[in-house]
Amino acid sequence: MALGTDRVNKVDRLAELTAQRDGDAEGASLLRETFGRLRRSPMAISGAVIVGAFLFVAVIAPFVAPYEPGAQLWGREVMPNQNVFVGPRGENWFGLDHLGRDQLSRMLVGARNSLLVGVVATLLGFTAGAMLGGVAGAAVSLGRAWGRRLDAVIMRFIDMMLAIPALLIAVSIAAILGPSLTTVMVAVGLAQVPIFARLLRGSMLAQSHSDYVLAATALGVRRPRIVRSHILPNSLGPVIVQATLTLATAIIEAAALSYLGFGNPDPATPDWGAMLADAQRFLVGAPELAMYPAVAIIITALGFTLLGEAMRESLDPKLRK
Amino acid sequence: MSVLELEDLKVHFPIRSGVVFERTVGYVHAVDGVSLSVEAGSTYGLVGESGCGKTTLGRAVLRLVDITSGHVRFEGTDLAELSGEQMRRARSRLQMVFQDPLGSLDPRQNVESILAEGLEVHGIGRSRADRRAKIVDTLERVGLASNALSRYPHEFSGGQRQRIGIARALVLEPDVIICDEPVSALDVSVQAQVLNLLEELQSAFGLTYLVIAHDLAVVRHISDVIGVMYLGGLVEEAGADELYTEPMHPYTKALLSAVPIPDPVVEDAREQILIPGDLPSPSSPPSGCRFHTRCPWRQPERCDTERPELREVAPGHRVACHYAEEILAGELRPRSADVASDTPPRA
Repeated sequence: MALGTDRVNKVDRLAELTAQRDGDAEGASLLRETFGRLRRSPMAISGAVIVGAFLFVAVIAPFVAPYEPGAQLWGREVMPNQNVFVGPRGENWFGLDHLGRDQLSRMLVGARNSLLVGVVATLLGFTAGAMLGGVAGAAVSLGRAWGRRLDAVIMRFIDMMLAIPALLIAVSIAAILGPSLTTVMVAVGLAQVPIFARLLRGSMLAQSHSDYVLAATALGVRRPRIVRSHILPNSLGPVIVQATLTLATAIIEAAALSYLGFGNPDPATPDWGAMLADAQRFLVGAPELAMYPAVAIIITALGFTLLGEAMRESLDPKLRK
Repeated sequence: MSVLELEDLKVHFPIRSGVVFERTVGYVHAVDGVSLSVEAGSTYGLVGESGCGKTTLGRAVLRLVDITSGHVRFEGTDLAELSGEQMRRARSRLQMVFQDPLGSLDPRQNVESILAEGLEVHGIGRSRADRRAKIVDTLERVGLASNALSRYPHEFSGGQRQRIGIARALVLEPDVIICDEPVSALDVSVQAQVLNLLEELQSAFGLTYLVIAHDLAVVRHISDVIGVMYLGGLVEEAGADELYTEPMHPYTKALLSAVPIPDPVVEDAREQILIPGDLPSPSSPPSGCRFHTRCPWRQPERCDTERPELREVAPGHRVACHYAEEILAGELRPRSADVASDTPPRA
């Protein structure tokens, strides 16, 4: 070993120099690095642009919509029974719907409701699911007998929820609460709870077997602190990715529910799902009426999916350079 | 004076099975009756192949795994009998360095909070500034600059990460550090640096090490006393040089003969002992001597019925073999099929 000491020292110096590459700059936390990678990913950028554009439209919709979305201003020009529809024209860029309402205005205001439902439903599912999963994961990570029992109780409850198809849960809730926007939010949100709960618990369980948790135990850190400051923060990544991906499905499911007639019955507050349901009756005479909301739903869902996938990639340690 | 003493330490992991009702169908005898003592200020090296229970033994000393039976005495106190909270406090004096330097550091903590955590939970240091001074001092000791404080584990090289791991243990000013494969995840050039650092720190702070490794060269380099483990038990224990020049247990002999010698003449001429078969399952260890299923010197009757005690054959040299003296004197010959002295080993 004495023979290579010189070289060893040289290698050591080099290693130290590389670590000091940017002098006294602050170290980059994982979060910051993730964000940096996200900014360079074309997938994330396109996703963010799409989502951003739709969010922007949703926010400014009431101010830019050319007409009142519920007003049947051109009611006489459209005769669905005789297959007379009005397509795109100067004053109505997207044409008129079957009751003679401006389709563009309805699309713009509809974006507001559809996105709102998606976001609120996801937040609802995320919060409830993460709380259930977090409690279960924390209970089992604490490593006591009662913890495992509490975990078993919570997880069997989650399993029961999982055993019922998500749409069936949503339909049952909608049937109980009656048709309204809130119903759709609660229904879609509740259907997402088991996914979030299982994901967070599984993630926490995996982290609680990691080496740094063992190291913290060896250091003499108390179990509750290990759960709070090591296991939980390291388990949130996949859950946040799932939330982004869920936004896409939530919007689609919300559309499905209002298509089935559980959405807001008030014709003055349109949403894409309800518009699809209306347009379905005239699919032969005016297919473009169904196309507008359908394409809007697809593009929004795509935007959120792109964003979620990009986040998953930049958070995944295996893909880290 | 021995600072750490293990007496008949056993760690058995239950094997559970069943879909609805779990029941224990057997035990993995990971550590099965190990007694050893580590002198203050010395280094005890523990070697053995994968799955022999050496890592579990290291973890059992810190009670990171449940001890089935036996005693772990640290300066006279039996750690196995301490309550959870007492053990937690005792951990400031017994620390551990882990095998995977990246995996054992929380990726979300920067170096300062990694090192501060131990100080905080043991109430060391009066203020943040106080702790920071101590942390900077420790970082310097392990060869890291103070600009490492705000950096995160993934920004360091493998060797530097292991230095952080060592600093984390060192900052608590422990008496004993258990090093579980401290260098096996590192490049060879970096291995030497980390080993030298460990030796430096030992002489500076009077540390006692229990080094667990599978690399015979590493263990020889750093240890004063070496214990060889096989299937949960200690088969031989001797001073580092003595063990290498005069191994007495058949397993140790075979282990050492597997190390290539960088001299073609010697390499061709020396006796190579090949151990046939695989490591038996630790859930149903062989009867009698644990090694008798693979031992080239196996004798009828006694080897497969009576488990040999670890007995002192020469001063400071303990062997768990019924026939250690006979083998050493050459009275017993290994079965020829297992010895390949004139034919090169199969690739």
